[in-house]
Amino acid sequence: MIRLRLALVAVAFALLSPVFSLPLAAQENPYFVTYDHNLEEPGNLEVEYFSTFGTQRTGNDFHSYWTELEYGATAWWTTEFYLNAQTTFHDSTAYSGFKWENRFRPLKHEHWINPVLYVEYEDINGTDKTLKEVVGHDVESDYLTSNAEARQEHKREVELKLILSSNTKGWNFSENIIAEKNLSNEPWEFGYALGASRPLSLKASARRCTFCRQNFTVGAEMYGGLGDRYSFGLKDTAHYLAPVAAWNLPSGWTLRLSPGFGLNDNSHAFLLRWGVSREITGFGDMVRRMFGGRP
Amino acid sequence: MKLAVSLLMVSAVLLCASVVLANGQNAAKDNKANDDKSKYNKSAEIFAELGKAPEKARKRMNPLENDPEAIAAGRLLFEDHCAECHGDKAEGGKKGPNLRAPEVQNATPGSLFWLLTNGVVRKGMPVWSKLPEPQRWQLVRYLKSLRVVQPVPAEAAIKP
Repeated sequence: MIRLRLALVAVAFALLSPVFSLPLAAQENPYFVTYDHNLEEPGNLEVEYFSTFGTQRTGNDFHSYWTELEYGATAWWTTEFYLNAQTTFHDSTAYSGFKWENRFRPLKHEHWINPVLYVEYEDINGTDKTLKEVVGHDVESDYLTSNAEARQEHKREVELKLILSSNTKGWNFSENIIAEKNLSNEPWEFGYALGASRPLSLKASARRCTFCRQNFTVGAEMYGGLGDRYSFGLKDTAHYLAPVAAWNLPSGWTLRLSPGFGLNDNSHAFLLRWGVSREITGFGDMVRRMFGGRP
Repeated sequence: MKLAVSLLMVSAVLLCASVVLANGQNAAKDNKANDDKSKYNKSAEIFAELGKAPEKARKRMNPLENDPEAIAAGRLLFEDHCAECHGDKAEGGKKGPNLRAPEVQNATPGSLFWLLTNGVVRKGMPVWSKLPEPQRWQLVRYLKSLRVVQPVPAEAAIKP
């Protein structure tokens, strides 16, 4: 049952093992659902492992988890690959599928509001419980289906996001407008995510330190569905509010934690998310060297 | 169906590997002169961006000019975020230009701050607005504390 979870963790950490000694303090945002306009630095690979524990009324609680490989292809294009899985307590563990996302920064300079275009392809089955985005009429009762039954449902989806984000006075404010389409003749579904965060200190310390205030970023995010093409609005939709916190360690690791709360009866009452990530600098050069090219 | 998806994924991996391999082989054939020339041109393009800073941005003073810890903090930020491309001593690296060049050292603190904030995304320099403003000023303070190192002249750089 835990073999799949171990496999995902192993994928993440096998990729990290050669670079444990490289010092690099990351500067990551604390969000789990909301995207800001900051892309991965070119040539860097960020390996991330995330978990979500969710409560389920009249059903079994679950623990979903996913690995992300995020690569900065250029200074204006970041590409990311996900592997998802979940364990439903008193039921089973299931592989839920993969996602491939791309984020593009269309403008050359920093502005008051910075747009980023997001395109994602998902190949998942009905067991997916990552709640990485909430769209359409996604509600808690959708997750009552047993894994054996949900595994039969196969979904190929395209997801588009308009990411709008601002950095001002140390704060980050991000707004995501989401449109998702199941390619098997389902209507477009819509959703949103909003986030605000700030480091506890804006100035960097003159010495390396683990517990300096600058290493901690805190904030909150709110996300939910907005119905679909035929019934746009808040009726029969789920919404969540979640405080978020990130701890950027001087060793290059980032730890994130977020307790989330459902805002209405359609939402899961409680979601606890946590994650660990590590940025590998110069990954692109390492790959080129591996194949005999110049760094 | 699963077999088809597996084959598709294996094909995609092989395709990616072949693209990387082809790039590597092509790159190995290039001579050093071309390498230096392109690096020199890229540096010139990035330095030229400094001149595009608006007047208001150029005239901004560094609020941390007299902060005794700004240089030390800026050095740590440089190690974390900049040294990978610009080299440990800021003398230029695999991807980034020499930051001890006169073009950088003679630029106003406001111009450097503007370039850090906006990046030169089409030339590979990322936007650093994710660092809070005081940290960007600490970086500027550190950069301005470095000694000038003259860059290699263009003619020398392109000589085989």
